[in-house]
Amino acid sequence: MTKPLQRPKRKDPLKKTRVPLLPQGVRSRTALGLTSAAAEGRFQLQVCSDCGTVVYPPRAACPRCLSARLPFKDVANGGTLLAETTIRTSTDVYFRERMPWRIGTVALDAGPSIVAHLHGDLREGERARLQLKIDKSGQAIAMALPQSDTPNMADDPQWRELTCDPKFRRVLITDGRTAVGQALAEAVSEAGASVVLVGVADPWKPFPGEERLRKIERVEIVALDLTDTISVNECAGEFAARVDILINTAEYVRTGGIIDRKGLTVAREELEMRYFGLTRLAQAFGPVLRARGADGVNSAAAFVNLLSVYALVNWPAYGAFSATEAACLSAAQSLRAELRQGGVKVVNAFFGPLETEWYQAVPPPKVAPAALARAVVRALQQGLEDVFVGDIAEDIRARLAVDPKALERELGS
Amino acid sequence: MAAPDLLAFAGAVAAGDIEVVDLTHTLTPEFPTIVMPPELGQCAPFRMEEVSRYDERGSAWYWNNISMGEHTGTHFDAPVHWISGKDLANNSVDTIPAANFIAPAAVIDISTQSAANADYELTVADVTAWEAQHGRIPPRSWVLLRTDWSKKSGRDYVNMREDGQHTPGPCPEVVRFLVEERDLHGLGTETIGTDAGQAFHFNPPYPAHYYMHGKGRYGLQCLTNLDLLPPTGSVIVAAPLKIRRGSGSPLRVLALVPRGERRA
Amino acid sequence: MSTRQPYDGIVIAAPVTIPYRRYSTNTAHWWVGRAVREVVQRAGLRSADVDGLSLSSFTVGPDTAIGLTQHLGLSPRWLDHVPLGGASGVVALRRAARAVQCGDAEFVVCVAGDTNQVDSFRRMLSTFSRFAQDAVYPYGSGGPNASFALIARNYMKRYGATREDFGKICVAQRANALSFPHALMKKPLTIEEYMSARAISDPIHLFDCVMPCAGAEAFLVCREDVAKGQGLPAARLLATIERHNAFPDDPIQYRGGWAMDVPELYAMAGVTTDDVDFVQTYDDYPVICMMQMEDLGFCAKGEGPDFVRSHTLTADGSFPHNTSGGQLSVGQAGAAGGFLGMVEAVRQVTGTALGAAVPDAAIGLVSGFGMVTYDRGLASGAALLAGGRA
Repeated sequence: MTKPLQRPKRKDPLKKTRVPLLPQGVRSRTALGLTSAAAEGRFQLQVCSDCGTVVYPPRAACPRCLSARLPFKDVANGGTLLAETTIRTSTDVYFRERMPWRIGTVALDAGPSIVAHLHGDLREGERARLQLKIDKSGQAIAMALPQSDTPNMADDPQWRELTCDPKFRRVLITDGRTAVGQALAEAVSEAGASVVLVGVADPWKPFPGEERLRKIERVEIVALDLTDTISVNECAGEFAARVDILINTAEYVRTGGIIDRKGLTVAREELEMRYFGLTRLAQAFGPVLRARGADGVNSAAAFVNLLSVYALVNWPAYGAFSATEAACLSAAQSLRAELRQGGVKVVNAFFGPLETEWYQAVPPPKVAPAALARAVVRALQQGLEDVFVGDIAEDIRARLAVDPKALERELGS
Repeated sequence: MAAPDLLAFAGAVAAGDIEVVDLTHTLTPEFPTIVMPPELGQCAPFRMEEVSRYDERGSAWYWNNISMGEHTGTHFDAPVHWISGKDLANNSVDTIPAANFIAPAAVIDISTQSAANADYELTVADVTAWEAQHGRIPPRSWVLLRTDWSKKSGRDYVNMREDGQHTPGPCPEVVRFLVEERDLHGLGTETIGTDAGQAFHFNPPYPAHYYMHGKGRYGLQCLTNLDLLPPTGSVIVAAPLKIRRGSGSPLRVLALVPRGERRA
Repeated sequence: MSTRQPYDGIVIAAPVTIPYRRYSTNTAHWWVGRAVREVVQRAGLRSADVDGLSLSSFTVGPDTAIGLTQHLGLSPRWLDHVPLGGASGVVALRRAARAVQCGDAEFVVCVAGDTNQVDSFRRMLSTFSRFAQDAVYPYGSGGPNASFALIARNYMKRYGATREDFGKICVAQRANALSFPHALMKKPLTIEEYMSARAISDPIHLFDCVMPCAGAEAFLVCREDVAKGQGLPAARLLATIERHNAFPDDPIQYRGGWAMDVPELYAMAGVTTDDVDFVQTYDDYPVICMMQMEDLGFCAKGEGPDFVRSHTLTADGSFPHNTSGGQLSVGQAGAAGGFLGMVEAVRQVTGTALGAAVPDAAIGLVSGFGMVTYDRGLASGAALLAGGRA
């Protein structure tokens, strides 16, 4: 039975902070196919195109028919735990300080045997569900869970190490002026965050939903203007050590392509809020997040970016906006690599048009702010890196995987 | 007239016989700017990006790059800023004759009325009542509207409600009166805008901008410390940055006041 | 009927052990060099006579066998590098024997040597193989202890083997080691101490694990008449088998490659299990020793626990097993662990044992195993040797 997590006590200010360590992150290129799958929460293994054999560990040739055609495909994740062991000593410093650590051999129904991390509620001989998750080194590992959910499952220490669960963590939502920011404040509070800091800029400018926002449990409003370096630095100076999950809800959406949107003031504001805002947050909060990746139950866990799916491919109706989002995506990828040494995940949530004012003329399907908020919370609870929220985002993702050029033309016509 | 003794003037300033009252808000990122409807272009807020601070970016020096709009913080409006002044000669900050940056001021106190009514409008009657006490407003004087609005901050200062800003300002008639009957040099206010917060709904909309700039006169906004000035006798020094074809600029506004006349 | 050619006239001589040390600042090259020198001297040869070299080593990198030729001043006409860990001894012997048989070489020195520096083991684990890198090391980094814990756990569940059964193997090997001069473990081991030792990776406990160290083992392969000419006691090679990646569809390993080929081993040698006077199994873990007892024909699959319970495994027992103490008591000097059993077997059948001697040892069986790249030992092999009395 998983012991329920206890709300952590206040940190002892005289104690040295545990330095984040990483498990080995070297993988062969083929094995990175598992990392791609884990990033989105998929369970995929190589499946031989010629004889159908499911293959693991990842490799260059089918062990049954020697075919070189071994693409990664979705595979049924059920199996049986054949044997388990509790490792009590290791030469690796990361695991050394996390002993004892349970692993086991799972015989997958689909064929191969997989050595996997074990959830505490899974016992030898039982049926198991396998998941691919991304560990602190940023690479995929297999985790075996009991077949059905068990009480307090998310509190299992090995599971919590692989995820960014908001429960008992302190969350900063960078912009509470928007519907999405407010929906996230609510969702994160419900998910058990111990504190929800919500940044609000221009306190002299009222905004809709303000009264309701202030009443959400455990919400504290803080001054934060993402377009102002001094403001971001001051907010970080005061709060960075108390932020475990940062969710950047900065929003700036305007229609228009590069030619049609006359002048550069709107583009400047857009970049200022979205791209430079992200850069400011990264510089101000990044170093402390990185240093606290192994700091107990409420360790620094994630930096979440909300990105338009049009960061991946330009939609000329919102052409200038798409370009700015693309800049943010690239910066987020850099941030992912830069935060990794601290064991902090960068989570990118992609979505199509929202049910908000600046997408007013766009026909459905659109994503409701509450739905986006739920998807982000789920991504944190599952430890996912890339999530596509809503029908449009999933459609774009599917088309990109097949033919990016065709998609460029489809959106541009 | 005998040649003015400028050295005596400088000595008087240094000795404090002439007091210098700073009517300028400090330029900070937090200071509110005018907010246009979201579809329109916006005034940039004041921002500072540190270039170096005695560090690896520059070991022995500290400096910043700054950015702002022409109409950010305490600022000057030139006639070219408004459509009604767009074709006048010498209508931008770089072509206004430099002598026009020094002028006397008449300070009209409507602070009590403004405290009771955020939408208070200065009327012709207010001006004539003031003149009855302090004499006719001399030609080419600044008229500074003292509302004590600069003592408010944040939300109260901007006073933005669902139908827009609610701050005091002049009614259309008094602007026309001051411009046409008193040869107004320019209007100065403590609020964001020389016009009242709800002036969009006046006829004409934004009458201070419309009439003043239409006559080639100037505006000063986001002033502070007007409560320290005597009703008459101050001389204002307000020289905007010399921006090519500039419509205005943040600036330092100084009031020169004879000693003893400055209010506590 | 086997179509394989017999090993008539091929012998193994000059068994050499360079005394092990727990840690060594010397390189693998140093350890290998010492072993080669000792073989050459004992065989009454000069370096120029050595026309065949087979090398096994984990820590000689970035060199392989070819680098050692110049390093040691040898000019062989036959050269091999055998990176098969615990199966290296048997496999090196098989290759060398055929080379000598065909006249490709006259004196083949087979050597295994490794150094052990403070961080050698950790560095080796993380880069051991592609599958270990991708699919094992990230899972707790428990090393082979964790991998074999899973195998042991499964074996215990399936066949009812207990920790006491494994403990009996370890205790007997320790008793054998007490008289072996090169053993690094010098204290006796009781079953109580074995059972109460701390857990490493359940069900593997402290005395189930070998101690990595530095050392070298070597032997000479040549023709029988040549050995006689040099006045060297020698062991005759009767038969060998070798098999890699056997039974790949077994979900967890419970049998090794020998099970596929063992009838051929005895048929080639013209002997049965009853004729075997001692067995040197590859003892990375006692569960694997038990597996070898089954797969080498001494009992049926699953009867290993009973077999161990009903035999005594000391050099003077009913089933002499790992008579110098095996790696578990002598130490594992890297790849030399795969030569340890072969060198001990040659000494036993030639009556030149350094420690406890098996009475009337005539025929001995040496088994090799190893190379867990993912979840099972891939390499396996075995050889039957005979001495003068056979």
